[in-house]
Amino acid sequence: MASMFEGGTVSKLKPIGGIKVEVAGQSSGCGTTGGAGKSSCGSSAGPDDMPPEIWEKVKNHPCYSEEAHHHYARMHVAVAPACNIQCHYCNRKYDCSNESRPGVVSQKLTPDQAVKKVLAVASEIPQMTVLGIAGPGDALANPAKTFETFARLQQEAPDIKLCLSTNGLMLPDYVDEIVKYNVDHVTITINMVDAAVGEKIYPWIFYDHKRIHGREAAQILTERQMLGLEMLTARGILTKINSVLIPGINDKHLIEVNREVKKRGAFLHNIMPLISEAEHGTVYGLTGQRGPSAQELKEVQDACAGGANLMRHCRQCRADAVGLLGEDRSDEFTQDKVDKMEVVYDLDRRREYQQKVEAQREAQVTARKAALAAQQPDDGMKVLVAVATKGEGKINEHFGHAHEFQIYEVSASGTAFIGHRRVDHYCQGGWGEDDVLPSIVTAINDCHAVLVSKIGACPRDELKEAGIEPVDAYAFEYIEKAALSWFMDYRARIAKGEIVHKERGDAAIRQGAYLAA
Amino acid sequence: MAYKIDDTFCTGCSACEPECPNQAIYEKSGMFYIKPDKCTECIGSFDDPQCVSVCPIDDTCIIDTDYPRYVAA
Repeated sequence: MASMFEGGTVSKLKPIGGIKVEVAGQSSGCGTTGGAGKSSCGSSAGPDDMPPEIWEKVKNHPCYSEEAHHHYARMHVAVAPACNIQCHYCNRKYDCSNESRPGVVSQKLTPDQAVKKVLAVASEIPQMTVLGIAGPGDALANPAKTFETFARLQQEAPDIKLCLSTNGLMLPDYVDEIVKYNVDHVTITINMVDAAVGEKIYPWIFYDHKRIHGREAAQILTERQMLGLEMLTARGILTKINSVLIPGINDKHLIEVNREVKKRGAFLHNIMPLISEAEHGTVYGLTGQRGPSAQELKEVQDACAGGANLMRHCRQCRADAVGLLGEDRSDEFTQDKVDKMEVVYDLDRRREYQQKVEAQREAQVTARKAALAAQQPDDGMKVLVAVATKGEGKINEHFGHAHEFQIYEVSASGTAFIGHRRVDHYCQGGWGEDDVLPSIVTAINDCHAVLVSKIGACPRDELKEAGIEPVDAYAFEYIEKAALSWFMDYRARIAKGEIVHKERGDAAIRQGAYLAA
Repeated sequence: MAYKIDDTFCTGCSACEPECPNQAIYEKSGMFYIKPDKCTECIGSFDDPQCVSVCPIDDTCIIDTDYPRYVAA
């Protein structure tokens, strides 16, 4: 296998056999070692809520576990450019390095380039635990490239979880291959279960050597998606269903989608807002089909509660994204940079790092439990708070440097992750950008407070004026603990008559490209 | 007697390449091209030309007027 790295780009690589032995010899973190039995990670959305074998699969998968997404990173390799269906929210001609949304990439990769890139990233970012193939087309419309990449990674980076994303059209044909390469997470984009809705989303599909239009196309697509989902469930593969919320087209219908996919064993349902701007050149962008507001998105998500579990931390990332969800380090790993890197795939170092992460995760849970125990009785009050974080589950980002805020719903009974809001950087070269601040206020306008590690005097005053409390008193503390402590303080101030509690309004979901990278 | 790919529109997505029944499509520097002497316009193989049917960008796979239309032998 080492012959693949001839040419001097990968100078030192541990023999594959050695890696395999190490994998078998040790179990990974999260306190699930040996006879310890149940995991000690502990989480409301964690090991207590699912069978241990499932938790084992999701505990360090940032896309399948909200808790994990603060700590673990993923990467996508763009080996699958071809697609076999057309969607009104997608424009295949588009590429922009400032854009962050599905289907967008800067460089296509061959399987060979992809494997090198994965090894380079895994060496540089030890918390990178998941490799996905998510286009920019459809993973299963490029089966040869997709499965060649998986086959090689299974050999060369055996600790990395493999996953793929598909529209489902070809899924039933490839379930055996998916099982063969140990791909244990598959995401299917399902926007409808009714062809009458589907024909408004998909103009055509290419199936059985024919381009098929309209309702017939949508009917074939939904039948193939449902069959593929059932087949994956039967084989014990975890599935996530992605649905694009398109106001006026499938907003009401997604409850039915949620019900149907739950019935067929889907593990997680991710309802994402439509991203639609005229500048993207998509049919929806050009016809003025708008995306949902934050409140509209939350309403549909909340209406689906009780059905298939909902994912709310999706960042709708690019098909070549690298890093924690919400950050993108793909610029550090362009093809020419990877070619020059000295890659040492050191499994021990990765595992050591991941054990530290697990210790941190446990500390986070302990902090949350302590803050929860200190709360007054729940009187039904719930508020949203925005949080600036760059990972590790902590309030550790400066207001002006944040490119997104995470949103938590807080009550005396606990915290719930609601989602995230992308924003432009407020602080550019040490100076605040005044025209950016209103857009940040709009993005977190439904929040009562914003928790940051630090904030300048100017934005502080403007946020206060907008009714959002800037809070830096909990800098570098764990997010849930900080949110609960702030909430307790907030209620105490209300009780003392120092402040008056007011309801907040709706917030906008960011659509276009970043103003500055 | 052949289709050609308009490289001002081609996104290089590769969808056409495996669909061609004659292996007439090849890649060069990330773009795709059709060998005119191998292209049969899919006559005798499929009802519609496969490259045209699968291509995500309309009017990218077009008849090459430099050649006479293909006639099945």
